[in-house]
Amino acid sequence: MTNIADTKNAEALAAANKVSDYEWGFSSDIEQEFAPKGLSEDTVRFISAKKNEPEWMLDWRLKAYRYWLTMETPHWAKLNIPPIDYQDAYYYAAPKAKKQLGSLDEVDPEILRVYEKLGIPLEEQKMLAGVEGARKVAVDAVFDSVSVATTFRKELEEAGVIFRSISEAIREYPEQVKKWLGKVVPMHDNYFAALNCAVFSDGTFVYIPEGVRCPMELSTYFRINAENTGQFERTLIVADKGSYVSYLEGCTAPMRDENQLHAAVVELVILDDAEIKYSTVQNWYPGDAEGKGGIYNFVTKRALCQGKNSKVSWTQVETGSAVTWKYPSCVLNGENSVGEFYSVAVTNNHQQADTGTKMIHNGKNSRSTIVSKGISAGKSNGTYRGLVKVAANADGVRNFTQCDSLLLGDQCGAHTVPYIEVKNPTAQIEHEATTSKISDDQLFYAMQRGLDQESAVALIVNGFAKEVLQQLPMEFAVEAQKLLGISLEGSVG
Amino acid sequence: MLNINNLHTAIGDKEILKGLSLKINAGEIHAIMGPNGAGKSTLTYTLGGRPGYEVTSGAVEFDGQDLLALAPHERAAAGLFLGFQYPVEIPGVSNVQFLREALNAQRKLRGEAPLSGGEFLKVARAQADAMGMNMDMLKRPVNVGFSGGEKKRNEMVQMGILDPKLAILDETDSGLDIDALRVVGEGINRVMRKPDKAVLLITHYQRLLDYVQPDFVHVLAAGRIVKSGGPELALELEREGYAEIAA
Repeated sequence: MTNIADTKNAEALAAANKVSDYEWGFSSDIEQEFAPKGLSEDTVRFISAKKNEPEWMLDWRLKAYRYWLTMETPHWAKLNIPPIDYQDAYYYAAPKAKKQLGSLDEVDPEILRVYEKLGIPLEEQKMLAGVEGARKVAVDAVFDSVSVATTFRKELEEAGVIFRSISEAIREYPEQVKKWLGKVVPMHDNYFAALNCAVFSDGTFVYIPEGVRCPMELSTYFRINAENTGQFERTLIVADKGSYVSYLEGCTAPMRDENQLHAAVVELVILDDAEIKYSTVQNWYPGDAEGKGGIYNFVTKRALCQGKNSKVSWTQVETGSAVTWKYPSCVLNGENSVGEFYSVAVTNNHQQADTGTKMIHNGKNSRSTIVSKGISAGKSNGTYRGLVKVAANADGVRNFTQCDSLLLGDQCGAHTVPYIEVKNPTAQIEHEATTSKISDDQLFYAMQRGLDQESAVALIVNGFAKEVLQQLPMEFAVEAQKLLGISLEGSVG
Repeated sequence: MLNINNLHTAIGDKEILKGLSLKINAGEIHAIMGPNGAGKSTLTYTLGGRPGYEVTSGAVEFDGQDLLALAPHERAAAGLFLGFQYPVEIPGVSNVQFLREALNAQRKLRGEAPLSGGEFLKVARAQADAMGMNMDMLKRPVNVGFSGGEKKRNEMVQMGILDPKLAILDETDSGLDIDALRVVGEGINRVMRKPDKAVLLITHYQRLLDYVQPDFVHVLAAGRIVKSGGPELALELEREGYAEIAA
């Protein structure tokens, strides 16, 4: 028989620990092989050599590096960031290769334990354990910049889908990679994109052939695990004509005192009648309650809807990072192409987020939808920044934008900065924005019905974010709902 | 079941309840009537534990427990239900989700097993049917876009689902037409008129009492109970007004 008092004590202790620590703040001890500290052409050469890259790739990296040297950090975002010393960081860290791995069973148990702590969704655990009837999700596990294991490769190969770490793809499918790498986000696009081009350590390449509906959802788990190591992921997904893929990206990071730099680039290419659904849950370490530490997250994500009737849908739940600078965008070149952006961004304590999207309408009758839900608590600031642009020859364009902000407490801020540039008179652009607070009435009502304060806040916030959360694949939606509650713990009362 | 002894409540510096005492036994229905500003809503919120309503002295015992020592959600789990004068809207959260989470949170605190989705829906459907509310409304976000009458009806459905020991119903009759009033009155009788339950009705008017017969009627004025009696007191009040009685 369980002793109730003991159980209660254990629960209280667990709850106290959860509040006092970042729940997933831990670091595991795996041998690292570092590139020399700091950033120089030598660093770039070291990384390229580590990856056994062909000459053209090294040249491309060096070109980007030299370009980066001439650029300046962007300052237009509503973010307060101390200057970053790029020479005071490591740009490459990888677990030492032990042997070629055939399955996840052979993965370093230390790494598996990290995944366990991360709470990889139950569905996937079942799948990994080989439970019959579990939904299939292929996991290309990126552990500290290097792909450790890839599951379900065979089934994907039978469908003709290429799902590889980008390093492998550069070696095995150089033509495919060369064709699109840097075409959606050019190396000179912005400061952080140029940096990424020079030093990206690994990432993912996906190619879905013509007419293929990817037989499973693709999921990559990113994780930063070395002190002072920036993580520079590079993702390229190409959906050929009439194909479909749903890609999930989720991440948490261990607790570190010093700020960690993250500058990823994600490029999506969508050809005629194809569709990519890209979902992200981002939960990197946000820093402590006083604003010390936390990840700097400068991400460039862009989708090129090149083909007619092509479609891209970005869904993001952003709860982590000390600083978020991120604008997943859609370049809608194709006739009748469709771009969607669904976002929930939570900031608490001293977090800052400047996030939104760009919808660039170049194609006739292209359509876009933007639904942004910002939740600010503590002393944090959240900004929605979005551009809707319609080219002169793009007839019949439609856009609908909805930006809602929810405030908890009276020391946080929510800002909405829409940019609308329309050069074609047939365009229909709608923009709606609201700002509200969680009211004491709502909280008391929910608590009177039996919910404690944290659950009441979580419930109300999840209701606020529902339109976005319901865009997520099921296993992510459940995780994201919990995450919203966890992120806002202690923010009221 | 409920024993309020010399209760003083202040909002900020202002004392609203000034020594209120009231005893309610299981199986009883009490009505508190009184003019605006007498402290009726303050009494409701104080018993519910709403932040900002500070008890400066006095004691409240509920079902053998010190009610004032409990957090609002613990009071709910102990069996206290407040029917709100102005039920609150919660956008994006369906009634079903809200009530299932609330009920299971209560059950957890009481050491009972949670209800599965199927089990909960069975209970919810039965209560909605009994209150003449269709399932579609149960699936809609909590009170969003509901008319005044629908909100009150929803409060009664919630009460039926949560099945409390004591219901404090704050001006549940306000904003109701005659038909809705009858439905709500029947709901109160059906769910709460039982030997192990009790009701405290807070109202301005006699009309709800035509449908829910109180065992005791109290007059609240200037923060305390100034007169108590049987159902006939309500009629007397209706006839002569508060000024006369409270004087």
